[in-house]
Amino acid sequence: MMLWLRRFYFLVIGLFLSLPLIVVAGVSVNAKQTLAFPPQGFSLSWYGEIFSNPEWRAALVASVVLATTSAALAVLIALPLSWFLWRRIAPWANIFQVLGIAPFTLPPVITALGLLTFWATTGFYGQPWTAVIGHAIFFVTLPLVTLSLGFSAIDRSFVEAAATMGADDRTVFRTVVLPLILPYLVSGYAFAFVLSLNEYIVAYMTVGFTLETLPIKIFNALRYGYTPTMASVTILFVATAAVIFSLVAKFGDLPKLLGAMASDDS
Amino acid sequence: MKREPPQTVADYGPLFFPAGMLLLFFVVPFGTMIAVSFFQRQEGGFYTPAFVLSNYERFLSAFFGGVLGFSLMLAITVAICCVVLALPFTYLLSRLTRRLQVFWLVALLSVLSLSEVIIGFAWSTLLSRTAGLSNLLVKIGLLDQPVALFPSFGAVLTGMVYQALPYTILVLYPAIVRLDPTLMEAARTLGSSPIRAFFNVLVPALRNTIMATLIMVFIFALGSYLLPQILGRPQHWTLSVLITDQAIYQSNMPFAAAMAVFLVLVTLGLVALTLLIGRKGEKA
Repeated sequence: MMLWLRRFYFLVIGLFLSLPLIVVAGVSVNAKQTLAFPPQGFSLSWYGEIFSNPEWRAALVASVVLATTSAALAVLIALPLSWFLWRRIAPWANIFQVLGIAPFTLPPVITALGLLTFWATTGFYGQPWTAVIGHAIFFVTLPLVTLSLGFSAIDRSFVEAAATMGADDRTVFRTVVLPLILPYLVSGYAFAFVLSLNEYIVAYMTVGFTLETLPIKIFNALRYGYTPTMASVTILFVATAAVIFSLVAKFGDLPKLLGAMASDDS
Repeated sequence: MKREPPQTVADYGPLFFPAGMLLLFFVVPFGTMIAVSFFQRQEGGFYTPAFVLSNYERFLSAFFGGVLGFSLMLAITVAICCVVLALPFTYLLSRLTRRLQVFWLVALLSVLSLSEVIIGFAWSTLLSRTAGLSNLLVKIGLLDQPVALFPSFGAVLTGMVYQALPYTILVLYPAIVRLDPTLMEAARTLGSSPIRAFFNVLVPALRNTIMATLIMVFIFALGSYLLPQILGRPQHWTLSVLITDQAIYQSNMPFAAAMAVFLVLVTLGLVALTLLIGRKGEKA
């Protein structure tokens, strides 16, 4: 009885999470430009539309460029900071860890409005690169968290051994520390990348009128009614996220990354 | 190489870039926003430096009170729904094999990372007249003809629970995985049914975690911005929507900034409360 009840509960939650996506997937293969489910006819042309329609393609390129660069910048901010906090005893420097986590904890509209007033005051409002900085600051939390987890997992005796053998700080970092934290670095980048790809409000508030990312494009299109390309883009996004997180799970320890202790019980 | 305090300026080297970036692009913008909240609005979309409280005085209007009350009520409802759904789920999840856990975690992360735009669009499709659930209800004879189930309060609430549920599960997950499994075993050995053990042993043991999670989901839901617009009517708009509306469409940055400062204060108060609960939990 309990087993049955448990399966039923998993089924209900699974359906709740997947039902909207199943319907959207069905709608995305409609042959004609109608919002109908079950789909009438079958066509993958709306997936082609993302790449062949210049507007959708421009939005896709803008989103991918923004996500690639802002995630890289987020890692560049997080790596030296978490290395410093691990290498040195400087309790006051923890304030920067807090500053890195703050934008992600507060409602996103706060970070968005702060950046909007800042760029408007300094006169850079609307420049595409301001969105890169905005996303990097907004998502720096993710590499910060994965990296501090990675550093705390390093056995300090490795580092001591390397230092005893005459390696200086730089060599130790390159030959011992970096290989050990690489999985955490990559997963931090992956989390920031996927979330930046999907982010709406910070991008909208800072560059909404000059640069159209995919989420902005979908919302703008939604105001004027329905186009099936929205559905195909949605499925493309879900699939991208699922593939990236599966890769993180395959090459890293996902339960541990999400805060569970290294679990050897299977 | 022992861990030691930095001695020379060069030792501080790695800190320069991250600290500079965070100060310049988070602390300064935050300060700018606070400053603008006291500025005088000029007709035509600009503002002049001043120190006026009129932006804050507007909070006293009945309209603002209504929006604030609705935002808080909505966020509390979302938080309660999510925790009630997530608690048994996360417990059952933590008892699965590692392979199945990873499968669910990947699925949850994928849904969690979805843009609000996409969640809004997906639910508006599912609740629509032509492609939605109501067609199914017609087929099994519960409904005479398909209807649109949005815009409505129920649609906003469902969309927001959908958005926040994966977050809730992932916040609960570490605490529940680390929970001593012998607690439940003891309860079962002493003859308690699994459901009774869940309510009488697990829930009290996790009391602090549950409180902290409620607050975190509440803050998460306060940030929801597009779902009330896509799935609701104007009377379902939240404080986040109002802030953007004032900043972008009404060009009233000082008022938008004042509302944002207010939202920060509410959030920080709640974060402080979370930390306090966490500390108490550690002592116990």
